Amino acid sequence: MSASTLKIALVGNPNCGKTALFNQLTGGRQKVANYAGVTVERKEGRFTAPSGRVLQLLDLPGTYSFEANSPDEQITRDVCAGNYPGEAPPDLIVCVADATNLRLHLRFVLEVKRLGRPVVLALNMMDTARQRGIVIDVPQLQERLGLPVVETIAVKRGGARALIERVDGEVPAAAPAQTDDAASRADLHAQVRELLAATVTMPRATAVIDDALDRWTLHSVFGLMILAVVMFLVFQAVYSIGKPMTDLIGDGFGWMGEHAAALMPAGPLQSLVTDGLFGGIGTVLGFLPEILVLFLFIIVLEESGYLPRAAFLLDRLMLSVGLTGRSFIPLLSSFACAIPGIMGTRSIQDPRDRLATILIAPLMTCSARLPVYALLIGAFIPTRRVLGVFNLQGVVLFALYLAGILGAMAVGWVMKHIRRDKSEHALLMELPSYRLPKVRDVAIGLYERGAIFMKRLTGVILGLTILMWFISTFPSPPAGATGPAIEYSFAGYIGRALQYVFAPIGFNWQISLALIPAFAARETAVAALATVYLVGGEASGLGQALAGQISLASALSLLVWFAYAPQCMSTLAVIRRETDSWRNVAISFGYMFVLAYAASFVVYQVASALA
Amino acid sequence: MRLSELPKGSPAVVDRVDDAHASDPIAQRLRDLGFVDGEPLRVVAIGPMGGDPLLIQIGSTRFALRRAEAARVSVRVEVAA
Repeated sequence: MSASTLKIALVGNPNCGKTALFNQLTGGRQKVANYAGVTVERKEGRFTAPSGRVLQLLDLPGTYSFEANSPDEQITRDVCAGNYPGEAPPDLIVCVADATNLRLHLRFVLEVKRLGRPVVLALNMMDTARQRGIVIDVPQLQERLGLPVVETIAVKRGGARALIERVDGEVPAAAPAQTDDAASRADLHAQVRELLAATVTMPRATAVIDDALDRWTLHSVFGLMILAVVMFLVFQAVYSIGKPMTDLIGDGFGWMGEHAAALMPAGPLQSLVTDGLFGGIGTVLGFLPEILVLFLFIIVLEESGYLPRAAFLLDRLMLSVGLTGRSFIPLLSSFACAIPGIMGTRSIQDPRDRLATILIAPLMTCSARLPVYALLIGAFIPTRRVLGVFNLQGVVLFALYLAGILGAMAVGWVMKHIRRDKSEHALLMELPSYRLPKVRDVAIGLYERGAIFMKRLTGVILGLTILMWFISTFPSPPAGATGPAIEYSFAGYIGRALQYVFAPIGFNWQISLALIPAFAARETAVAALATVYLVGGEASGLGQALAGQISLASALSLLVWFAYAPQCMSTLAVIRRETDSWRNVAISFGYMFVLAYAASFVVYQVASALA
Repeated sequence: MRLSELPKGSPAVVDRVDDAHASDPIAQRLRDLGFVDGEPLRVVAIGPMGGDPLLIQIGSTRFALRRAEAARVSVRVEVAA
């Protein structure tokens, strides 16, 4: 036995500090993947015990009960019971319980014990329990439970020593398996009460600090104000830290592309390297700083316990459009970029609510739309004062953001009414104790998110970027051609063909053509328009050229198109990854296309009639 | 009395959880989370919009429940002796 690997499954209620314990035991040596066929995260790590034995640790999703309510709870139940396909049954289950919340957590310990497998109980957060004057008679608890009980402090260096020693020793004998029925389930609570009465003394049910903080953070007026300030600071950080880094990366890759180009003869190969390869990698990496800054804040807010408070404050509002309070943070992140927003929906356990949030997220006005808005508003909207105080350009920009939000609410409302599953999905959300986030846990969480983005999306985005480069470069213009090269390329042909589709909403072939690279990344629409209208990179020059070439109605229609238009391909790639379904990609792309087309059509026709 | 009708701050004790329909998973989950006969609880906060959701303190845990969820829990207010 000692020579082979011991497989340990780590289970526990949500908020028991299980992930911190997992990080403490395995450090950075973790492998994050998904369980086959579902988008539930599977985290595995290894460590070597003092005896030299290799222990393989599987971090199972947090669970309140084996009466599973969500896919991740089902996985925990099936893996523990040893009947999850493709997953070997664990040799030992380590059940983690928060020592400050045993009334809730002990019930799950009893449920795990009934599986009839070897179990060790880790009483976590013992430091906090002592600070709060909670006294636990561990030997007595161990005897009554019939399980080995060890104390841990997951957030302290060496705080898992007792656990490591215990799991490195002999595997404890399993309790006899018990059947699971309604009567025996109800009995579990009675057993918990008995155990608590005999082994735990608690001066106070809650932490004083939690009560004090919640009085402010959940207050109906101050709570919302605090939330607004927190969100404002997050966005400031994304723009003042993330954005400059993104620009720096874009410029850096442009510079490297140019220098690489200088080393090779002009021609298609040079263009592939500069525009395709370096441009593509620059685009992919350009997303990274903003994603990391956003996730830094999301993880800190999550670890500190504030995120469920935000969900509490906004649940009613989100529910009215078919979402849940938990949808708020992913949707808010989508104002920076839909990619971290959609990745952030992993915090929504309910699959229906999660999918609804994913489908709506791209309607939030992401930062990539701003260059297009800036160009068109600058060229077509006069800088007039409205009502004496507001700048008309600012009003239009605000209206575009509002259009996205209202569109999202309308789509949510419609989805709520047409979906087949109209059953009540519960909020039932625990608001955990406030905690100071630990640097190690934040760093590991951030690394995981970054790695998911780089590993799983780079290939797709890079491939599509090169495809875009190909259709905009080939075939090369014939000898003696006078127009810009892109006009003679496949993209040029496609643009002219698309013109027939887009003529009713006021797009000429140049705009239709610019929509093709915009699908790779929206801000590139500006560069594409600059190319076809034969002007330099100067935005003001392009603005003047556009103002001379297209009507105000077309410009307004294009603005509205960008507010609702099908998301960029990177977003589609992340939807595919996160939902594991091409169908959802098709639904997402399809409904946004119809929405954008319909809205632009109305705007163009009305504006043309009024002009 | 239903938990959804309990005024903020007043202590009460759980009577039982009623299924809203046959094999109601939400009612079952509430029971699993400790909403069982004799368990003391109170409403500690109320959502800012339309008084929904409610924040319930039960044992050492705080749960946010929508009013529809809280309506499944029947509670009694025990007069202090």
